[in-house]
Amino acid sequence: MSGVRLPAGGDRIDRSLPIAFEFDGRALTGFAGDTLASALLANGVDIVARSIYDDRPRGVMSAGPEEPNALVQVERADGVSEPMVRATTLPLEDGLRAWSLAGKGRLAAQTDDARFDKRYTHVEVLVIGAGASGLAAAAATRSADPGARVLVLDADPGAAGEGVLADTTALGVYDHGYVTAVQRRPTPRTEGRLWHIRAGRIVIATGATERPIIVADGDRPGIMLASAAAAYVERYGVRPGARAVLFTNNDTTDRVVTVLRAAGVEMAAEVDVRRGESVVGTGADDHGRLASVAIARSPGGGRHETVDADLLLVSGGWNPNVSLWSQARGTLRFDERIAAFAPDRPGPHGRMEAVGAAAGDIADLGRIEPAWIVPPAADDPGEDAWATHYVDLQRDATARDLQRALGAGLTSIEHVKRYTTIGTAADQGKTSGVVASAIAAAILGQEVGAVGVPTYRPPVVPVSFAQLAGRDRGDLLDPIRVTPIHDWHVAHGAVFEDVGQWKRPRYFPDAGESMEAAVLRECAAARTGVAVMDATTLGKIDLQGPDAGVFLDRVYTNTFSTLKVGACRYGVMCRVDGMVFDDGVTSRLADDRFHMTTTTGNAAPVLDHLEEWLQTEWPALRVRATSVTEQWATVAVVGPRSREVVAALAPGLDISIGAFPFMTWRDAVIAGIAGRVFRISFSGELAYELNVPANHGLELWDAVMAAGAPLGITPYGTETMHVLRAEKGYPIIGQETDGTVTPQDLGLGALVSTKKDFIGRRSQRRPDSLRPDRKQLVGLLPVDPGELLPEGAQLVAPDADLGRVPVPMLGHVTSSYRSAALGRTFALALVKGGRDRIGERVSVPLAGRVVEATIAEAVLFDPENRRRDGEP
Amino acid sequence: MTVTLREMGPVAQVSLRADPADAGLLARIGEALTALPPTVPNTATAATDGEGHVLWLGPDEWLVVATEDAPTEVAAAIEAAVRGAAGDAFLTAVDVSANRVGIEIAGPGAADLLASGCALDLERGLPVGGCAQTLLARANVVLWHVADDPTPVYRALVRPSFVRYLLGWLRDALEA
Repeated sequence: MSGVRLPAGGDRIDRSLPIAFEFDGRALTGFAGDTLASALLANGVDIVARSIYDDRPRGVMSAGPEEPNALVQVERADGVSEPMVRATTLPLEDGLRAWSLAGKGRLAAQTDDARFDKRYTHVEVLVIGAGASGLAAAAATRSADPGARVLVLDADPGAAGEGVLADTTALGVYDHGYVTAVQRRPTPRTEGRLWHIRAGRIVIATGATERPIIVADGDRPGIMLASAAAAYVERYGVRPGARAVLFTNNDTTDRVVTVLRAAGVEMAAEVDVRRGESVVGTGADDHGRLASVAIARSPGGGRHETVDADLLLVSGGWNPNVSLWSQARGTLRFDERIAAFAPDRPGPHGRMEAVGAAAGDIADLGRIEPAWIVPPAADDPGEDAWATHYVDLQRDATARDLQRALGAGLTSIEHVKRYTTIGTAADQGKTSGVVASAIAAAILGQEVGAVGVPTYRPPVVPVSFAQLAGRDRGDLLDPIRVTPIHDWHVAHGAVFEDVGQWKRPRYFPDAGESMEAAVLRECAAARTGVAVMDATTLGKIDLQGPDAGVFLDRVYTNTFSTLKVGACRYGVMCRVDGMVFDDGVTSRLADDRFHMTTTTGNAAPVLDHLEEWLQTEWPALRVRATSVTEQWATVAVVGPRSREVVAALAPGLDISIGAFPFMTWRDAVIAGIAGRVFRISFSGELAYELNVPANHGLELWDAVMAAGAPLGITPYGTETMHVLRAEKGYPIIGQETDGTVTPQDLGLGALVSTKKDFIGRRSQRRPDSLRPDRKQLVGLLPVDPGELLPEGAQLVAPDADLGRVPVPMLGHVTSSYRSAALGRTFALALVKGGRDRIGERVSVPLAGRVVEATIAEAVLFDPENRRRDGEP
Repeated sequence: MTVTLREMGPVAQVSLRADPADAGLLARIGEALTALPPTVPNTATAATDGEGHVLWLGPDEWLVVATEDAPTEVAAAIEAAVRGAAGDAFLTAVDVSANRVGIEIAGPGAADLLASGCALDLERGLPVGGCAQTLLARANVVLWHVADDPTPVYRALVRPSFVRYLLGWLRDALEA
């Protein structure tokens, strides 16, 4: 093939705007409006790829998205390299650098910083394809319903017309008229836009794609779909070859011949299946490019004539582009009239129609004689005689592969596809799929329509992950939730941890301080002086109504209806399976009003749980739940000297032990802000949780820090919170529990009422829930007090034979810390029958060594709770 | 896109739950607030002072939104008024003034900007006065179409912890 740019012509290119580009390191020139493929052909570049397995040279076969060969690696101006880009649809741009590939590309090593975004839109009618049929359908809709919003998509950058979104390819059709499409470079600063379109009605006007007839060595550079050759002449003023042979079975090639002749192409032969003629093979030059075509002028072999040619134009007919139709579960039928699959009945959404070529109306087709593959010349060809009858050029899959698949007993075209890989490459079999079905049908002795085609799936053309992500990447990947006090934490050097979407301070290191040292210091401050934590992320739910107490009795394992106004109570809630779901302190604000707290991570699930039971099981209960998690900023002031800080902040509040005992709450003006003070503790120390409206959160925090400064108040984070609570044996839902742990397993049996019903009660009476060897929460003290057990470590009996797998497991470590208060390391663990094993040893097999530990009570610090009112 | 983004100051807000079938109750609440709680989904009614609004959030749930001034006092007054209107009927009212922050999205390109992160049909599904609980980017919002004249104004009521994320996301979208 010796492509050249013609002196004139090409309705898409602007010859006044030359474009410099590079291919495989060669500096080349094209014009504005060229695709990379047309520019390569214009420069006489005919080998654009090597095939993936057989290393055969390949050239441009098509002029559209169906291209199986000309997939290239493109380096964008920003240096990011994009793999497997179709040269036939890639607009040529100044400075574009591309490389040929052997069937697979390379992902860029660096981050793709190009902008991709998304856009949602709603239309009454979506027309996919801006050809004559599509535009006519759009116009008809507009005149019938002037108020209708009509959107027309077209993959072609040059598409134009009223309401046409050009350079936009529909990727998929989903339920209820939902369509996704990708638009190339919607704005100069945006590389691509993913459209989410909700359409009342969808018109498929996607046209048809020409398909080849499979012949031996029919994959050489210079062998092209007939219509593509004409497209290169007409659109880009490029003559793809000098001397051509046509191989056709229909009349659409008549126009191609006219166009090519006018462009100066010499027609060496016209081979028409309808006259009993066929192309039986091709010959190549030293580079593997097409040099000759072998022709049989009569069916069933006979003498072949060989014709020199650098261009073979092939047309085996046209396949309506039914992928979107089919994705919407529209059925297909094999239409003998066009020898192709065409839309039959629309899918369940119904409001979808196909028009024009997509509906099977192939213009100028004339009489088509089905022709799929030309057999090898030999009288009795063996399997290997089919080895260069390439069907799927991108996968190097041949008619021999099809024979092997069917020979192996496969009959479903879905199985044949997966066995042969035909249709599984980036082009999704746009030129090979139907042909493969027809060849399979011939081998099986069935009708093509009976064999069918494999299921079409989105996306119609490949789409990059960067495009799918859009702008939801980096810091915008997922919301980063922060409290009103966040900026203070940042300014004071907090190290953060992610708790769900929240950023919470994990610890506040002094300059150069390690996490271990910081946490020990923070813990010591909470146990001996005063420390402060931002607990705003705690879930909070307002429950109102005369039946609120009854409702809580059903939701919690323990009783709340008896709670006095002004008092607080710790509660555990389970799901119907009896397993612990959440815990927290709930306070009675009034006879008909409670303030519930939940764990940070379960704020939304607990509200959903409450709503579900209220709405589906107990709609008659007069109680409503309202999330107030973010209404309140919560600051926990903790430690023996916390009372002094709170006294300074809330001078109007009587905080004497008698007036404000443990597990009560009071309205108060704190630092001039109206709020609530809860005397509850997650550390065992005297503690106050101050609540003010969230917009005053930072103001409150600043006031606490100022009031606490003379006492050396120490801010602390979640790590210290975890150590303090673990020393007291307080479980953390989701750390000590995993959905298989009952309140009884946690040692909270005293909180499970036997006098009332509650969610999960029945399940807790199942035999399995009562087994004495269930895993129970216990403390664990490594024999070496400096040994920090890894969380998740398995526990086995001290005499366990570690060489005999599986080794019986006794349980696992759920939490493990260094304790300033205990002067040693400790852990919490779930151990089979653990409460009966207190004092016993267990072994902890670690990498390369085994550590011994002693099972202890879960509460290791201040088991008598003498510290909750302050320094005893 | 010609759009201005503004984080609004604290606004008095009260969450209201009541039986929508109790027309008498709704009428009494409407009298107390000078705005009848709407029963048409995704609509809002305005108080006679033109400042306060009652937004439909669900079949038995409304958000009463007042002005930007003195949220605590105003919210307490709304709560008291609603409870007074209830009589013996069951309803709940909760001060949620700090629970959501308003982000105002105004200008000719406002709907276009929102369409980059909101799946609703803003053009025909959310006329002026309409409100909907929806996702804007990955944040839950109450999206309220406040005005169209002289320029489109939308208000996204969002949990304060999401404000930074959402403003960052919207500003990023504006650069497209």
